Amino acid sequence: MELKAGISPTIETQQLEVNLGPQHPSTHGVFRMIATLDGETIVKLKPVMGYLHRNHEQIGERITYIGSFPFTDRLDYFCAMSNNFGLALAIEQLGGIQASERGEYLRVIMAELTRLVNHTAVIGFLLNDMGAFGTPLLYAFREREKILDLFEAASGSRMMCNYVRPGGVREDVPEGWLERTRAIVNAFPRFLDEFEKLLTENEIVQQRCKHVGVLSKELAMNASVTGPMLRASGVNYDIRKVDGYSIYPRFTFRVPLGTVGDVYDRYYVRILEMRESLKILEQALKGIPGGPAISPKGQAIGKAPRTFRPPKGAAYGRIEAPKGELGFYLVSDGSPQPYRYHVRAPSFVNLTVLEDLCIGHKVADVIIILGSVDIVMGEVDR
Amino acid sequence: MIGAGVLRGMGVTFKTLLETYPWGRAILRTLQIPVTDGIFTIPYPETKQQHPERFRYFPFLVYDGTPDNLRCVACKICEQECPPQSIHIVMEKDEQGRPVKAHGRTLPKQFDVDMSICMSCRICVDVCPFDAIEMDNEYELSASDRYEHMIFDKHKLLKSAEYFQKIKPTEAATVDQRLAAKKAKTASPTGDKPSQPSGP
Repeated sequence: MELKAGISPTIETQQLEVNLGPQHPSTHGVFRMIATLDGETIVKLKPVMGYLHRNHEQIGERITYIGSFPFTDRLDYFCAMSNNFGLALAIEQLGGIQASERGEYLRVIMAELTRLVNHTAVIGFLLNDMGAFGTPLLYAFREREKILDLFEAASGSRMMCNYVRPGGVREDVPEGWLERTRAIVNAFPRFLDEFEKLLTENEIVQQRCKHVGVLSKELAMNASVTGPMLRASGVNYDIRKVDGYSIYPRFTFRVPLGTVGDVYDRYYVRILEMRESLKILEQALKGIPGGPAISPKGQAIGKAPRTFRPPKGAAYGRIEAPKGELGFYLVSDGSPQPYRYHVRAPSFVNLTVLEDLCIGHKVADVIIILGSVDIVMGEVDR
Repeated sequence: MIGAGVLRGMGVTFKTLLETYPWGRAILRTLQIPVTDGIFTIPYPETKQQHPERFRYFPFLVYDGTPDNLRCVACKICEQECPPQSIHIVMEKDEQGRPVKAHGRTLPKQFDVDMSICMSCRICVDVCPFDAIEMDNEYELSASDRYEHMIFDKHKLLKSAEYFQKIKPTEAATVDQRLAAKKAKTASPTGDKPSQPSGP
């Protein structure tokens, strides 16, 4: 038998296979990892997914383009608004629909609020995985709840918003909504300062996170990892900047980058990204024009989804979702239903490097590495 | 110094502890430290949360005046467009198979919504050309049986237009305006009938 260094040759050891999940509180859903251990160290890790498969893509090929919107809410259930936004962009490309000015602003405001919701929640869960049960998570959820109240006032639902449509948003925001949003956006930096005081310089957090799960620049690019995870490894790639979709080129914001690519960088890049999101929100709330929230063509499609028959062809709409590049690939054959409907889910692609991040670390580190990858099983399995 | 970061973090939790109690908030105010709002939890079911007007749960059918005068004409558009296919409609017909009319409109004989499938997406409301279906905000609907209680038939779904005006005043006002405009148009001799939807 092959013996590992550091183990006295008189003791015969063997590797142990451990199942983490699928029913495990730290796996963020029904996700299973088959870990092969040498003592406490991971030598092999095989992710098993598919427990939450709901046939999203096939369902999307059987119903109208508009009918897919409520299903996209359920992909990544933390970021319903940005999922809607991605599909709306793809449909707009396919049908040549122009969005109304106010609709564009509202969509950007919603997408950036979603980023705040997602990043606060994921940092809270990361700390939960580290063993700080409750406190940071509940502080994060307190703030998240305020933003979800905004979503509820605008769309009627906290999480399953179903709000963004091709051409704008389904209905205009109610009276006083923008003032409420301004108040929350202005108060948010104070929460972030407090949250950072609690965590960023905390020695326990630093010792648990620094140099754990290092993702190198080359591997991140080769595995087509996107989102905060890629930027934590120091690659300057943000689709809001690269693609300039919607009205993002009008706003000034920076793309925060990490240097090492460990768990701590992934945590800190998310904090910095929230600060940049607040900058975008401030500018958007200042510059939002009046007028209709949806363009006439978009409204007609929303009223009668079956009259929308886009010309034959394909379109790929992508956005910088809080977790990475979220893309919707649509192929039209001229009928009211898409011929092909494919979702490029960021959490699924980001999860492919999990084994490379985990090898050589301890079991407890695997949990926080998975937490820092930021997955939502609804999106991984679709 | 090692541990300084932890201690500073504990300061934040201690401040939050003080914020939880009235005396703690008083101390913070005298020290001129900004205080966030207090308790977020609501002792449900004694007190209930105030929902925004747009809060939606499950759909219901609207009638004007008496329950037999419902706005729905059994056109089956919502049945067709419902993403999880939770709506089932059968049109009221006589023995020869011709649609029966009441108040000058065809009407559904059967209108079932399976609430255990419905995902509250509001697409049925968006596509209805007659504003006959709207979203309710009644959410305490737990039942012991899936088929007996969770499939809502026509009688269970029917609610008056006054109820709609009560729960969603802003939306009901725009709907009433639209219906009045439509009525004025159909009353004039040039008024045309609403077009039939195309098949799937």
